[in-house]
Amino acid sequence: MPNDDKIKKVSIIISKGSLEGVYPGLILANGARMKGIEANIFFTFFGLDAITKKKMNKIKVATVGNPAMGIPSLIGIMPGMSALASGMMKKQMEQLDIPPIPEFIEMIYDAGGKLYACLASVEMFKLKKEDFCDQVEDVLTVGDFYELSAGGQIIFT
Amino acid sequence: MEKVIAGYTVDVTEEGYLTQMKQWNKEIAEAIAKELGIHELTEGHWKVIEFLRRDFAETEKVPTTRRIKNVGNIPTKDLYDLFPDGPVLKAAKIAGISKPVSCV
Repeated sequence: MPNDDKIKKVSIIISKGSLEGVYPGLILANGARMKGIEANIFFTFFGLDAITKKKMNKIKVATVGNPAMGIPSLIGIMPGMSALASGMMKKQMEQLDIPPIPEFIEMIYDAGGKLYACLASVEMFKLKKEDFCDQVEDVLTVGDFYELSAGGQIIFT
Repeated sequence: MEKVIAGYTVDVTEEGYLTQMKQWNKEIAEAIAKELGIHELTEGHWKVIEFLRRDFAETEKVPTTRRIKNVGNIPTKDLYDLFPDGPVLKAAKIAGISKPVSCV
């Protein structure tokens, strides 16, 4: 494959605030940097939880309405189920050396990945720049996001 | 396949990763580094290379970026500054170990 066909830049949108909603985007972004590909992440809607200081450490897997978990929703609804499933999943990930979210965000930032928050969601949730971890570059409009994504691929997760 | 690097005949994969880490030496490392656009291996580079070789010998796996940071005590930022555009891929090749296969 000629060199010109290689992906040079990706802009990844993380729109969900569950463990399974956040990790794929982070792995894609980190994996891009590992290959020398420029990476931007745009956090929108509940995806903002992954960069919100008070919440980034408490992201959980959805045990209700998640048929792939193999847990009936009636059981998944019980107190502590989500924490239990999240704990198990985190242990699995630790074995594969997949970092917890705050450490992962820091690694992507240190690797040169750029992190942005979506203005519309920030306003909707009444958040401020100070509510986000230090690695967040800026709060952007959708227009800004398209501008910085120019010439690359956009991935929605 | 065989390849002559810095005057030494070594076994490599199609992508140029050494298949036997004991065939490696510092001159080979310098030659591969030059091919990858790193013209001089500094103390910082050697720290990474030595950690990769030591860890690979112990675990038989190329360490992840996270392991390089947490076990090798090499900050991620330094790793990317030293080996730009694919740090672990480049560093593993220079260190004469396998191509990394991890997603993280």
